[in-house]
Amino acid sequence: MSDLRELYQEVILDHNKRPRNFHPVEPHSHEADGYNPLCGDKVTIQLRLDDAGRIEDIGFQGDGCAISTASASIMTEMLKGHTVDEARETFDRFHHLVTDDDAQPDPSLGKIGVLAGVRDYPMRVKCATLAWHTLQAALEERESVSTE
Amino acid sequence: MSTRPVDVTTAGGALEVARLREDFPVLARPMNGQRLAFLDSAASAQKPQAVIDAERRCYEEYYANIHRGVYALSQRSTQAYEGVRKTVQRFLNAPDEREVVFTRGTTEGINLVAQSFARPRLQPGDEVLITGMEHHSNIVPWQLVTEATGAKLVVVPVTDRGEVDLDEYRRLLGPRTKMVAVVHVSNTLGTINPVTDMTRLAHEAGVPVLVDGAQSAPHIPVDVQAMGCDFYAFSGHKTYGPSGAGVLWGRFEHLSAMPPYQGGGDMIRTVRFEGTEYAAPPQRFEAGTPNIAGTIALGVGLEYIESVGRERIAAHEQELLAYADERLAEIEGLRVIGTAPEKAGVISFVLKGAHPHDIGTILDMEGVAIRAGHHCTQPLMERYGVAATARASFGLYNDRDDVDALVRALHRVKEFFG
Repeated sequence: MSDLRELYQEVILDHNKRPRNFHPVEPHSHEADGYNPLCGDKVTIQLRLDDAGRIEDIGFQGDGCAISTASASIMTEMLKGHTVDEARETFDRFHHLVTDDDAQPDPSLGKIGVLAGVRDYPMRVKCATLAWHTLQAALEERESVSTE
Repeated sequence: MSTRPVDVTTAGGALEVARLREDFPVLARPMNGQRLAFLDSAASAQKPQAVIDAERRCYEEYYANIHRGVYALSQRSTQAYEGVRKTVQRFLNAPDEREVVFTRGTTEGINLVAQSFARPRLQPGDEVLITGMEHHSNIVPWQLVTEATGAKLVVVPVTDRGEVDLDEYRRLLGPRTKMVAVVHVSNTLGTINPVTDMTRLAHEAGVPVLVDGAQSAPHIPVDVQAMGCDFYAFSGHKTYGPSGAGVLWGRFEHLSAMPPYQGGGDMIRTVRFEGTEYAAPPQRFEAGTPNIAGTIALGVGLEYIESVGRERIAAHEQELLAYADERLAEIEGLRVIGTAPEKAGVISFVLKGAHPHDIGTILDMEGVAIRAGHHCTQPLMERYGVAATARASFGLYNDRDDVDALVRALHRVKEFFG
């Protein structure tokens, strides 16, 4: 039971139940669809950059598990107001945290750090990173991305 | 090469599952500190010691390439490999062992029929009829041949309960239909399709039928002559044997008229640069060195099923299905997808508030292995308006304790997501 609590921390359960920024962004400057063929999870990320290249607004829609929903929700919450470069750096650090066995806790990642537990569940890493890969696709102006 | 005779029945004729479980070494291993409740046999079954030993023995005692060597080892390997055709013939009640083609699995068997049998017969405008509950491996091969020939894929709808709509099947079975390909038992819904009736109707219209037997071969008695179909494909890994080994059964008249699926060694009579004369079936369809030890072990898996008794396996899994249905009904918010009256031991479900993937992970922590996802039946998921389901499926080694563990673990899921 303790292991489960470690994976499904309250923050994750809360964001799954009440996802933040779960809405379309109108108007938006970037958009991409993400798909995890393993489980059928789908996410759409839309965002609007301001003139200074900062993420003025970002939202997501779709259907996914608790891990992918929480990850998308926290991601949108934490990246608002950040530059594209900062968003990419955050993704790199997050990706390292959930995929590298030797990764140390990274306090600078803030709330998204609660997803570190997925490292022990390789099949779930795709869930945790789906929204992030989709964001990257949106920023690179690719229309869709698949985690396969 | 036969399995030892087992007496695994109680006085009443029911399976003595506790005794059977001892045949499967992996079931004795704890999973995440719990007794393993393996409920994913629809994906792949666990292996009895007899199968594991057969594969090991082949490599340890008599392995050599088949059909080629003049030395004793090769002869023994060849004998063991070819002997499996007889086992399969008996297992399927096939008229002739030359109708047994060894493949890598069900998928390869279906592709073989699609490419070698159907493709040369299809013209633009012709139709291949499948059902809405097909696994991807009985959809995509037909898409490939219809796209290549200008033919059309026609899909028979599935009812809300998860049955093939037979009225629609009759209606769609028309003069343009050149092939019917239907799953015997749905891996997602558990539905047992009336393939004998469907074959009869197709034959009345002069249409040949392939039956995808991946989910029926391990669970219910199969008699291809009684079924009347033209082709039947199944996999070793679901019939308690190894992966990468499977069977396509086909009527000899069809196989004899079909061109080879792949070219290579062992499927030829003579090769000249000007042209090649192909071997007769089944060798014609077995190019290259096959999975020798795997096929031998596949035969042992089938013998194991026979030794336990297919009627008994089917009855046992039915009893378990009824018990599971009853227990799962206790869980509020749980909806079973696929409620056909004729159903095998497969229960697909969704649980309000919990995504199947999260269910799968939490169940795993409780020692319960289930499948979560679209089960390679994405069109069927769309039919029922879900992205994915959780699926518990039974094998001959499952018992009520496994079902109880599933129910207990689902209550844990509700603690998190309820």
